[in-house]
Amino acid sequence: MAPRIVLVTGVSRFLGGHLAARLAADPAIDRVLGVDTVPPPPDLARRMGRAEFVRADIRNPLIAKVVARAEVDTVVHASVTANPDGARSATKEMNVIGTMQLLAACQKSTRVRRLVVKSTAAVYGSSPRDPALFTEDMTPHELPPSGYARDAAEVEDYVRAFGRRREDVLVTTLRFADVVGPRIDTVLTRYFALPLVPTVLGHDPRVQLLHSEDALAVLERAARHDLPGVFNVAGDGVLTLSQAIRRAGRAPLPLPSAAIDPIGRLARGARLADFSPERLRLLNLGRVLDTTRLREEFGFAPRWTTRRAFDDFVTGRGLRPLVGPRRIAAVERGIRDVVARWS
Amino acid sequence: MSSRGGADREPESEEGARVIPLRPELAAAPEPAPPEPGTELERRLADVLAFLRRRITGDYEIDEFGFDQELTDSVLLPPLRPLYEKWFRVEAVGLHHVPSEGGALVVANHSGTLPLDALMTTLAVHDEHPARRHLRMLAADLVFRLPVIGPLARKAGHTLACHPDAERLLRSGELVGVWPEGYKGIGKPFRDRYKLQRFGRGGFVSAALRTGVPIIPCSIVGAEEIYPKIGDIRPLARLLGLPYFPVTPLFPLLGPLGAVPLPSKWYIEFGEPIPTSGHDPGGADDPMLVFNLTDQVRETIQQTLYRLLSQRTNVFLG
Repeated sequence: MAPRIVLVTGVSRFLGGHLAARLAADPAIDRVLGVDTVPPPPDLARRMGRAEFVRADIRNPLIAKVVARAEVDTVVHASVTANPDGARSATKEMNVIGTMQLLAACQKSTRVRRLVVKSTAAVYGSSPRDPALFTEDMTPHELPPSGYARDAAEVEDYVRAFGRRREDVLVTTLRFADVVGPRIDTVLTRYFALPLVPTVLGHDPRVQLLHSEDALAVLERAARHDLPGVFNVAGDGVLTLSQAIRRAGRAPLPLPSAAIDPIGRLARGARLADFSPERLRLLNLGRVLDTTRLREEFGFAPRWTTRRAFDDFVTGRGLRPLVGPRRIAAVERGIRDVVARWS
Repeated sequence: MSSRGGADREPESEEGARVIPLRPELAAAPEPAPPEPGTELERRLADVLAFLRRRITGDYEIDEFGFDQELTDSVLLPPLRPLYEKWFRVEAVGLHHVPSEGGALVVANHSGTLPLDALMTTLAVHDEHPARRHLRMLAADLVFRLPVIGPLARKAGHTLACHPDAERLLRSGELVGVWPEGYKGIGKPFRDRYKLQRFGRGGFVSAALRTGVPIIPCSIVGAEEIYPKIGDIRPLARLLGLPYFPVTPLFPLLGPLGAVPLPSKWYIEFGEPIPTSGHDPGGADDPMLVFNLTDQVRETIQQTLYRLLSQRTNVFLG
């Protein structure tokens, strides 16, 4: 079934906004409604073209009226986020209560046929007892008692319950790895943009990334086609954190794990970086997704590997390495020449 | 239109459109021209410099488990070689039983308080097998909990002992090593040396059955004597979150010096592969078959241990 009227939440952020813009560019789709609490920034609003912006709070029951009145048939819930700014409690309320209200609205509506939820790989938690790669049917060994991972896990619980109540609605849950790209602003992109990148002393986790273009393409595909199920979404391959830092030309700042908390609070206060407990766990151990189901059932192969996605982020942001690769190559040649002359 | 900026940022393909860097100072630097054939010293220096450059710029590949082959071959394995060749004088036999390619599961006895036997087996497979294969070991979660050791273990290609990881490695044609006795084997008192402990729940057999790879029994003699464990300080072990805190004749009496392993003479024998592909894949769920195969592997290793021990005349001289 092709979507006719699509509602996208979180359109003031990168993924929601660009998804709305892509869908609005397709004349086969009658209406695209974008919902968010704040209007999208002007450049994003321009891209969104004929998509309509509805300034509404999905925590408010009014959202049900929007869904019902517009006869929405496809809902893309892209607003669940590890909001880098804003207070933790507000983020949690937005994520969890917002999802509950949105699902209540969908349940009441007779028109909604498809629900796409952007979730996160954080629902797998991160512990030393976890396998090297997560498949969709694995459950976490340990989840932090609060924070983004907990929000996402609760959101998925509600979505599952909704799926049971409304079996006629096709529910697609997409568990995204950390998204990077030249323009997207996330907790992780801010982290790598720091001149000194804090790491946990004695740990070097694997990092798996998803390019923002692939993330958008997956959301769009899920919104357009009947592809129910839970899917891991991530680029191929991994980098280690130290390798990524070196590729970005940054310098690592290894901190003993006891020092991370106070420094993290400080950095958070100064809105430099986010160091929540699950972020810390991730810095310890890392998390890698198996994307077999994405390829075989969902029918999508990410075009950007983790490595290329990261390199694109680095060049796209214009992160200037402390010592450029050219300089290093020149030093290498220099040393070789000197030795050749002497021997 | 939404993704204008994105659409023209295609990942560069191997062939086709040429990529023109807009900011050449940020694009990857061209590889320095290969050095003209110079002296041996110059060539080696060039290799070292190229290695350092790749490490500093992060220009190397790791697999999804985090296995960093370049680092393993040039940094992690070399310091183990003197221990292997000079200290323990390891004699590895039966390496022709280890296939040159494709998945296989090496199952060995565990001993020695610290898992040096696992490291030496890795080195035996890598250095003495013609295919120079890397043994991907399945380790306890304690390893990945530890700082420094945990990340190094990942970079050396090892992973957590669990079904999904074991089967994923075996399916992708890797040589996997497992020490099914676990802590019971490595931490057993000296008086129980060379007595095989219980082989877990036979998880390794079901992993082999599911993937249809052969099981290669491996018997290690010599590792029992490196740290003769005569005592265990349990409160200290609990405090440190370790499975045991060993007391050997020299440790902790002599402090760090007591942590030097005794120079016993080692033998590592790889036995004839036990095929598992003959059973149908559902066999992994047949407890009787799993138990029987587990016993067969265990018996083979135990008998080989007895034979090797009877041939040995001296712990240190062999």
